[in-house]
Amino acid sequence: MDERISTMPDRHPRLFRLADHTIFVVEEIGRIAKLLGGALAALPSLPRSRRLVVDQMVRLGLESMPLVVVISIFTGAVAAWQAAYQFQGWVPLRYLGEVIGKNVVVELGPVLTSLVVAGRISAAMAAELGTMRVTEQIDALEAMGISPSRYLVMPRFVSATVMLPVAVIFADALAIAGAFLVSNLLLDVSAHTYTMGLRRIFQVRDVVAGLEKAAVFGMFMALMGCHFGMRAEGGAQGVGRATTLAVVTSCVCVLILDYFLTTFLFPIAGV
Amino acid sequence: MIEIRGLHKRFGSHRVLDGVDLTIRDGESIVIIGQSGSGKSVLLKHIIGLLQPDAGRVVVDGQELAALRGPELLAMRRRFGYLFQGAALFDSMTVGENVGLGLSENGGFSREEIQRRVKEKLALVGLRDVEHLKPADLSGGMRKRVGLARALATEPAYILYDEPTTGLDPVMSDSINRLIRELQHRTGTTSIAVTHDMKSAYFIADRLAMLYQGRIVFAGTPQETRNAANPVVQQFIEGSSEGPLAAL
Repeated sequence: MDERISTMPDRHPRLFRLADHTIFVVEEIGRIAKLLGGALAALPSLPRSRRLVVDQMVRLGLESMPLVVVISIFTGAVAAWQAAYQFQGWVPLRYLGEVIGKNVVVELGPVLTSLVVAGRISAAMAAELGTMRVTEQIDALEAMGISPSRYLVMPRFVSATVMLPVAVIFADALAIAGAFLVSNLLLDVSAHTYTMGLRRIFQVRDVVAGLEKAAVFGMFMALMGCHFGMRAEGGAQGVGRATTLAVVTSCVCVLILDYFLTTFLFPIAGV
Repeated sequence: MIEIRGLHKRFGSHRVLDGVDLTIRDGESIVIIGQSGSGKSVLLKHIIGLLQPDAGRVVVDGQELAALRGPELLAMRRRFGYLFQGAALFDSMTVGENVGLGLSENGGFSREEIQRRVKEKLALVGLRDVEHLKPADLSGGMRKRVGLARALATEPAYILYDEPTTGLDPVMSDSINRLIRELQHRTGTTSIAVTHDMKSAYFIADRLAMLYQGRIVFAGTPQETRNAANPVVQQFIEGSSEGPLAAL
């Protein structure tokens, strides 16, 4: 080997580490893209795998509902209180309905639900697939001629993409209800004033855009859970590491994607 | 027929396979022996394409595994049954679902036919009325036998056994050895086993091959193995800690 190349790590350790990290990140992105490609390529076998998809929908969607109910009601309640606090001396409380309705549908519902559900979904996926990987169950699937992309990844990908918007519909409704309770019981805003505010500001386009964001978040959290789970190695410690990475990456992805999706789905005139 | 030519594999700086050459003829029962960590399981995983070699090739029935992609590779793997060292049962499924998975997922079998085959294969490995149990409810030996029933369920042309008798009591080991032998005689299945249990190896093998330092250093019948002049083979079959094989 050329001496200049062989001594490079010693002479430029920081540069070498940076190059090493860059290569690792590019490789990881490539692996996630390949996983996505595998899941999309397996979509035509959806009818054959419907039992697996329904099973995942129940596990990811329905079993997340208690969590969604609690966080949505309290998110709405806090949003109402915070809005009232900021209105003090500036804006009449009769506008609470407008502010809450818009905030919940375009931002709080999709993002907070996704963040909380991301922890649950991606951790569950990474832990389950990671355990399957380290106990050779994924090897066993492949050895039987069964594609893990079709059998494991695609059902999780589809169910997360479908069930997250469903969870957000419930979250939107419950958060608006939670905000109503605070507005009506503690802040003396009448039901009529609150609902009129909601009606004035309501646009189907906002709700749909919020659900679109949730679907994209669902795709990403399924991809992260499957990716880190399927690459787990080294026993229980490896599964733990995979689970942590899946949760952290999913949450960071939700927040970063939220910015780009928001600027795309909710354009500001003249900007 | 399976031909393995110049197979090399390393994990990081650790060289596991260093030019393995081996031909496995149709219908034979070959046992690959070698020390723990010598790369026996890695070699098995290359035969079914679960690992990709750094160099060299594996050719199954005239088709090179490295050239197969996606559905073709999956179809090739369906010619194999694989008993994993730790059984690798799917812990979210019942025993019956585990054994029948290859049949239900790869299509062409009615539910009744799958149930019939699951019962038949479980009976073959000495298990009855366990279809509804989960793998967590089974002992280590029972898990191994369920793994064997799963490998046999699709009636494959090749069966790969990774340490088939590890974790079994001597009586059960003997019955599994007899089963492997009987299957090979009755159905002409090609058996490829890796083990360090010499009693099992002598019983099931038409031919033994020894893997040492990443290469096949000896291949021969059980009788030829007993008489082999190679000191590595002699030390291994005698189970001696003195000789060229490092004990630790």
